Amino acid sequence: MRPAAELLIVLIVLGNLALLGSSRLTGLIRLVAAQGLLLGAVPLLARGQAWTAEILFLAVAAGLLKGVVFPVLLERAMRDAGIRREVEPFVGFSLSQVAGVAILAASFVIARRLPVPPGPLARAATPAAFATILTGLFLIVTRRKALTQALGYLVLENGIYLFGVSIGQRVPLVVELGVLLDVFVAVFVMGIAIFHIRREFDHLDVDRMTELTDWTP
Amino acid sequence: MIAALLAVPALAGLAAFLIRGDRPRRALLAAAALLHAGLTLACWRTLPAPGGWLGLDAPGLLFLTIVSLLFLAAALYALDYLAREESGERVDFVGGGPFSNAPEARFTGCLLLFLATMTAVCVSRRFGLIWVATEATTLTSAPLIYYHRHHRSLEAAWKYLMLCSVGIALALLGNAFLAAAGPELTMDLDTLLAHAGALQPVWLKGAFVLFLAGYGTKMGLAPMHSWLPDAHSESPSLVSALLSGALLNCAFLGVLRGLQVLSAAGLGDFARGLLVPFGLLSMGVAAVFIQGQADYKRLLAYSSVEHMGILALGVGLGGTGVFGAMLHAVNHSVVKALLFLCAGNILAAYKTKSAADARGVLRVLPWTGALWLAGLLAAVGAPPFGPFVSEFAVLKAAADQGRSFVVVAYLSCLTLVFVGMATTGLRMSLGPASRKVEARETPLSVAVPAALALAALVLGVWVPPPLRRLLAQAARTLGGAG
Repeated sequence: MRPAAELLIVLIVLGNLALLGSSRLTGLIRLVAAQGLLLGAVPLLARGQAWTAEILFLAVAAGLLKGVVFPVLLERAMRDAGIRREVEPFVGFSLSQVAGVAILAASFVIARRLPVPPGPLARAATPAAFATILTGLFLIVTRRKALTQALGYLVLENGIYLFGVSIGQRVPLVVELGVLLDVFVAVFVMGIAIFHIRREFDHLDVDRMTELTDWTP
Repeated sequence: MIAALLAVPALAGLAAFLIRGDRPRRALLAAAALLHAGLTLACWRTLPAPGGWLGLDAPGLLFLTIVSLLFLAAALYALDYLAREESGERVDFVGGGPFSNAPEARFTGCLLLFLATMTAVCVSRRFGLIWVATEATTLTSAPLIYYHRHHRSLEAAWKYLMLCSVGIALALLGNAFLAAAGPELTMDLDTLLAHAGALQPVWLKGAFVLFLAGYGTKMGLAPMHSWLPDAHSESPSLVSALLSGALLNCAFLGVLRGLQVLSAAGLGDFARGLLVPFGLLSMGVAAVFIQGQADYKRLLAYSSVEHMGILALGVGLGGTGVFGAMLHAVNHSVVKALLFLCAGNILAAYKTKSAADARGVLRVLPWTGALWLAGLLAAVGAPPFGPFVSEFAVLKAAADQGRSFVVVAYLSCLTLVFVGMATTGLRMSLGPASRKVEARETPLSVAVPAALALAALVLGVWVPPPLRRLLAQAARTLGGAG
């Protein structure tokens, strides 16, 4: 089963690069959804052992939330806000993709310097997880729209999840569900906030939310 | 016992969403706060043994007590505050536009759930659970910041939500690093402490760096503090008091749990070596931004950054510094809650957050003015208030270790903060009133800060023996000298 899991990981990394080059928000949301579904499948293929009820349940829950529920929530926020595109990000789309490749390279360097963690998939998945985390951070920092930042947060969470499953982290079910619940509520609250931002400000550009600052008198 | 501590605010919070009438809902808020405080104090008699999922050790009980008592103060203040808040649309005194408040049921419900999540942080014995609870505090408090529905509070709430969620996500990665460090992949604090020697140092160090960055963001350590002044200045004052006095401590507890594991693995010096520069940097940044700060609630927020810096520094120094830091956590919470509640009274009377426009507080609001002045003196570390004692303890720890650079930097920051806060605070307190003010001080809005001021004063001259024992025990747990 390992080759299948490794294929999933390659797809996830390619998804990162696509995320960095995409300007249409629907496209971004679909990419994040696809990444979520793939992530849900990783633990099933990684362990290569008997699929206990717990593992199956977690895989379904993670895939469902990350692949379906979060994207639906964000797509609704997008429709309510009436925006379609990320216009003029701080770093352009092609440059972002170049940065994505650099991120990937850096992730391999970092992962190589760390001792190989235990776990069935660690060698392949650790750099991919780091790359996904850094891609998420990059999206949050370089995009203007509140919605894209929320998407970046999801990508960041995806990366951390991938690292967790790659080391075969046996987190008790309660904790894993708690994490998923937290992220769910976070996306939910962010969706509500995006709706309010649109109503109050008539735009979703976080760089234009500058009333609270100490830098300008 | 611990289950009750969690269940009381959680169930009351859910019930608050459903209760229609304002009066029964406010009664529920007060009752839940009282019950929670009572249960917490009952834990002092017999410490529920740590072990398993939930448990209370000395640091946990200390921070839980701070949270619980501060929440009680905030809840009593809220009774008065919610009654004073006009419902319906009104004019925003800064922007001039109309705005309304969020429904009171939602505010009260989130407030109680906020207490439940903070309690969960204090009693969790698993790193996974600590993370889940800490992230939950962000989610339950973000709606509280957006209680006054205007665009400034929305901006603050968005920044808070985004920065803290991203920051906390790093701590989740820290959890995974911690799991990767051991052969058994456990995240149980007690097991990790018992078998710390078998953990891989590289992963442990990585985990602590991520904890410090993640929980440090939530704690308001510079340079990750940028959400803090916005959130503290835009939320209702009683929420600011809770954010500053209770929430920041809870986030610090996350860092301290990481420190415990690193100390047990013999990497305590690495962890403490990181805490000291972060602490000093936070104090320095706060000292700069306090100078000439025009908004008095932002002034208090930066003071919180400074005090969090002192906590990090004290723990980072180790030895007696840890005891000083623990005592300082208590003092800071009491004093900062006092100040924010006074700021709430001033704001309600003057309808401005500009320190230049709110003059003559002593004349207009005699009680609030006096308490405000006392609180400011306490916050800048003037005797005979509590913070003086604990700030001195941290200073002494640095001096005893012969770390002259730390001593000089620490004292310079304290001096700068003193000058900055005293200038603004005295200007606000003294002199004739700057504008026509409809002064009304209700008994409850004065009694609560007065009780806090009394506590700050008592702590300055005498630390009750049970508290001293708990502080010493907490300091020993965290690798310091009691």
